[in-house]
Amino acid sequence: MGDWFHILVFGYYPYFAATVFLAGSLIRFDREQYTWRSGSSQLLRRRQLIMGSVLFHVGILMLFLGHLVGLLTPKEIYHAVGLSSGAKQMLAIVAGGIFGIVCFIGLSMLLHRRLADPRIRRTSSVMDIAILALLWVQLVLGMATIPFSWAHREGGEVMVALSLWAQKIVTFQADAADYVADVHWVYQLHIFLGVTVFLVFPFSRLVHIWSAPVGYLGRRGYQVVRTREGRRPA
Amino acid sequence: MKIRAQIGKVLNLDKCIGCHTCSVTCKNVWTSREGMEYAWFNNVETKPGVGYPKEWENQEVWNGGWVRKKNGRIVPKMGGKLRILAKIFANPDMPQIDDYYEPFTFDYEHLHNAPESQAPPTARPRSLISGERMDKVKWGPNWEEILGGEFSKRSKDVNFEALEKDIYGQFENTFMMYLPRLCEHCLNPSCVAACPSGAIYKREEDGIVLIDQDKCRGWRMCVSACPYKKIYYNWRSGKSEKCIFCYPRIEAGQPTVCSETCVGRIRYLGVLMYDADRIEEAAAAEDPQDLYQAQLDIFLDPFDPAVIRQALEDGVPQAWIDAAQRSPVWRMAMDWKVAFPLHPEYRTLPMVWYVPPLSPIQSAAEAGALGLNGAIPDVSQLRIPLRYLANMLTAGDEAPVKLALERMLAMRAYMRAKHVDGTREIRVLEQVGLTETDIEDMYQTMAIANFEDRFVIPTTHREYAEEAFDLRGECGFSFGDGCSGGSGKLDLFSHEVRVGPSAGGRADRVGAPR
Repeated sequence: MGDWFHILVFGYYPYFAATVFLAGSLIRFDREQYTWRSGSSQLLRRRQLIMGSVLFHVGILMLFLGHLVGLLTPKEIYHAVGLSSGAKQMLAIVAGGIFGIVCFIGLSMLLHRRLADPRIRRTSSVMDIAILALLWVQLVLGMATIPFSWAHREGGEVMVALSLWAQKIVTFQADAADYVADVHWVYQLHIFLGVTVFLVFPFSRLVHIWSAPVGYLGRRGYQVVRTREGRRPA
Repeated sequence: MKIRAQIGKVLNLDKCIGCHTCSVTCKNVWTSREGMEYAWFNNVETKPGVGYPKEWENQEVWNGGWVRKKNGRIVPKMGGKLRILAKIFANPDMPQIDDYYEPFTFDYEHLHNAPESQAPPTARPRSLISGERMDKVKWGPNWEEILGGEFSKRSKDVNFEALEKDIYGQFENTFMMYLPRLCEHCLNPSCVAACPSGAIYKREEDGIVLIDQDKCRGWRMCVSACPYKKIYYNWRSGKSEKCIFCYPRIEAGQPTVCSETCVGRIRYLGVLMYDADRIEEAAAAEDPQDLYQAQLDIFLDPFDPAVIRQALEDGVPQAWIDAAQRSPVWRMAMDWKVAFPLHPEYRTLPMVWYVPPLSPIQSAAEAGALGLNGAIPDVSQLRIPLRYLANMLTAGDEAPVKLALERMLAMRAYMRAKHVDGTREIRVLEQVGLTETDIEDMYQTMAIANFEDRFVIPTTHREYAEEAFDLRGECGFSFGDGCSGGSGKLDLFSHEVRVGPSAGGRADRVGAPR
């Protein structure tokens, strides 16, 4: 029974979430673009947003990049460039700790603002509040793993196990769930919530991440003119 | 040379009575929806005043418009593309809703339901955002109506620059004028330039600037970049919205709602042709006072055979060239030079122009006689200081504004002589450099202002504007999900869709080809 549940959560659930994440995003983008936006509430209240939003975004972007690179880089590669598993673990603890604190301050400000400010509270949807709360809990769980990681800072065994799990998942290997069977439940809960963020992604304002306007930097000139041939820079 | 045509607009402030009919009809048609209660695509301000939103003209505060760099290129005042993106998480240059006003309604029902009491019941204000009771309504879209509020606050108006403004706070020197404002549909729009999504665009066929509601992601850079603060963030939909120049009406050859309903007949719509290749050059003129002339210089004479040939080659329909030849906007801006762009120093090359208002001669009552400059009254003695108007319309250059006011006074003097005294007052015409035909035309267009003289709007040639085949099966104005209309009770992706009086059709859905 225990095994069955474990495989369901860490072996199958990620694929379910990934399917909903990708297909849901695509369907929403195709059918409901009018709802595809960042959902900014800056107009209604500046206070707490300027500081909170900047700290949160900087923090979470760095955390996301850290997880992406940290989890998906095979250990042979960083060993080859002379980075031991222990050293990588320390890097993860320090960088994750710093940006975790930055993100925590920002996210807490945003959550407080969303719940306590009557204007923001009243104009929030259930999902607006839920996604902030989910991220907050997930962040706290992530920070809570730091003492456990500290315990094995020498060899980084748990970190290696977690990254193997992630690499097995993205490469469709059936035994992925085995790698996280013995890690502490704080890690397991953090993974579960992390996968859940992908699951709710297409139903929340998080979709604006897909539209991060980096292409703007490459726009030729500044103006956009719509002609019979379509829109083009002019 | 690349010739494009645009429907331009002129507002004759000399005839504006400040009745707000334009604002109200516009509101009723386009912005009476949740999330847009605070937004007025058209509003009328009393000047001097800080306006709506507060201090919109002060670009030291909001960083709107463009600036010219030392190397002669122009960049948005907010910064280049990288700096704009750096503001994406939180935009320090954006007004908060209280800078516009917190929208409110009144507890009208209390008037029906109140129990018996000693004092009559009152309807108290309630916020349309938080739903909570408001102690006091503190600001509104026209809080300074007819010089409301203290002069010390109103005098933050940046148009007082280079004026001894304290003397205009004294009762006997006070002055006022109305300024109806809407999107300028600029030739060099800074909102378009600042939009990271590329959702805002200018239509080649008629110059109207629109926001694609499907493409807008709510990054809010346009709100700051527009120096006229005429882009509004819809806090419900999370998208920005703006004046759409009533494009469905314009396409059909009808005037915009604000123009059609103007009881003072102050609004004019007509075609202007311009050289699109010279926009950047004009917007980058070194001296801000040259920007007015630089914009005049890129407008093209619709009677010039070379221009007509090139325009046809560039795809401007013949009907539009014909309309350009009869355009009241061309006549006022180019022939008579009585209309001016609003704040040309923002370098956006605005396309809604203004005829400055005349005002009573200051010293007339005191001296018992008019100060005369030749045959017409001395415009330097008008109650509204010339410099104030110049700060608003020509970046402070008084000469063009002075000439415009003198021409309007000359028109009055000439027509008065003709109708009252039965004489032909040629002297005044010579003084302002106009012929009798000019004056008769001016009188017909600006004083009589018949409907067909005010609005010369050619219908859109769809075949030139867009691929109509792509629009087949579309449902016109909808909430972006084709023909379903977004009226379902259950909506996974957004808020519950409200059904009832406030659920209007989405105004500025653009039929962008898919």
